[in-house]
Amino acid sequence: MLNKRLIACLVIKNGIVVQSINFKQYLPIGRPEIAVEFLNSWGVDEIVLLDIDATPNKRSPNLEMVSRISRYGFVPLAIGGGIKTISDIRALVQAGADKIAINQIAIANPTVITEAARVFGCQCIIVSIDMKRNQDGEYEVFTNSGRKPTGFSPWNWAKQVESLGAGEIFLNSIDRDGCQEGYDLEVIEKVANVVSVPVIVCGGVGHPQHFVEAARIENVSAVAAANFFHFSEHSIITTKAYLENTNINVRLDSYANYRDCLFDDNGRLAKKTDDYLENLRFEFYPKEVI
Amino acid sequence: MGNLQSVKNALEFLGYSATVSDCQDDIPHFDAYILPGVGAFGEAMENLRQRDLIDILSEGVLHEKKPFLGICLGMQLLAESSVEMCYSEGLNWIPGHVIKIEVEEGIRLPHVGWNAIEIVKPVPLFNRIDSYSSYYFDHSYQLICDNRYVIAKCQYGREIISAIQCDNIFATQFHPEKSQVKGLRLLRNFLNYVESS
Repeated sequence: MLNKRLIACLVIKNGIVVQSINFKQYLPIGRPEIAVEFLNSWGVDEIVLLDIDATPNKRSPNLEMVSRISRYGFVPLAIGGGIKTISDIRALVQAGADKIAINQIAIANPTVITEAARVFGCQCIIVSIDMKRNQDGEYEVFTNSGRKPTGFSPWNWAKQVESLGAGEIFLNSIDRDGCQEGYDLEVIEKVANVVSVPVIVCGGVGHPQHFVEAARIENVSAVAAANFFHFSEHSIITTKAYLENTNINVRLDSYANYRDCLFDDNGRLAKKTDDYLENLRFEFYPKEVI
Repeated sequence: MGNLQSVKNALEFLGYSATVSDCQDDIPHFDAYILPGVGAFGEAMENLRQRDLIDILSEGVLHEKKPFLGICLGMQLLAESSVEMCYSEGLNWIPGHVIKIEVEEGIRLPHVGWNAIEIVKPVPLFNRIDSYSSYYFDHSYQLICDNRYVIAKCQYGREIISAIQCDNIFATQFHPEKSQVKGLRLLRNFLNYVESS
């Protein structure tokens, strides 16, 4: 059976990776190609790259960046941001994107979903849904970086894009974005249960246990995070080891795996026992031949 | 079609040069062919037909026996026909048909993600690759063909043919160019085969 996928989301603003908080504040991180190279070598299952200032600036997708970064990763790469037409999608796929994520154009002109699925196959088309609670406390889909309400509830919109031909749904919570409090499980469960295409969830991870909570929902196919993977070495591998420890099926086949490690309350690798460390010998790891 | 750039990147990473071509005059001069595919079956066949590439490819692969690797849709195109969107004819190099993956309880389409493949025949394409290694799949349709061509399969509800070989024709339903180290290793094996042939 399929493993649950662990996906890294890279939020791009002005050509660099940023951390996003509630779709409002942005902290710079670094160059996207470096991020892709590291995530790839740490065995990430997929990378979703969202160019968040393309649509607000009325700019087309940055093809030069996509073709540059696609050289650094041998892992599925989904690109979103600024996509308006079928020819945008074609150009992105030619530049090295394996999938494309559409958001605003899917709301503005839903026929694009159907047409894109016809030309590129539905497995290529991810519809990204940004949602939060509106003023009445109801869940609602928003566009324009969370500023423009659409009147759709996330589950109705998800069901609709599925019938239009979307191959996957990327569900992002604006309220939880960057807050480190965990996924919005209530809405995730509701959306995942009404559609039959794979659902990727994102927004709010601050502890590896948050991945576990979402991955335990049977109909969630993939768990994603952005900020959580920054600033720590081997973050993908340690997260996968944590997931495996909690009996979530993941693909953990990187050279270094942290299978035999324990984790502390913060979800970080715990120090090994003194006995173990005393008896530790340097091991020779031959360079991997591909 | 699709992920040409990804395949080219992977081949260049392994130290080979690859050319993306749809030009009738160039195609006969290459040593081997890789037909990747993100896309829909009918559209892909129509593209091949419009560019008059089918006869040239058939000449190179079926008569001159040049090594050929089909990836994902590139594997399905080898079949006689597909029912994706509407009935369309394929290249008809391997007897078989492409049908939609059957949906059962707990099965979501597309079949997307990392699945372990069971190696049925230890052919050179799987040198240094263990059975039950994970590869990246992304498809809603599957190829059905005779067991004698099958070299690897995986389970998704029911069995899915994951890789086939018929003489110099290799094909994988998964994406080796997107399956990190193990995928690159498989491409290396194919390239070694190209060098030895």
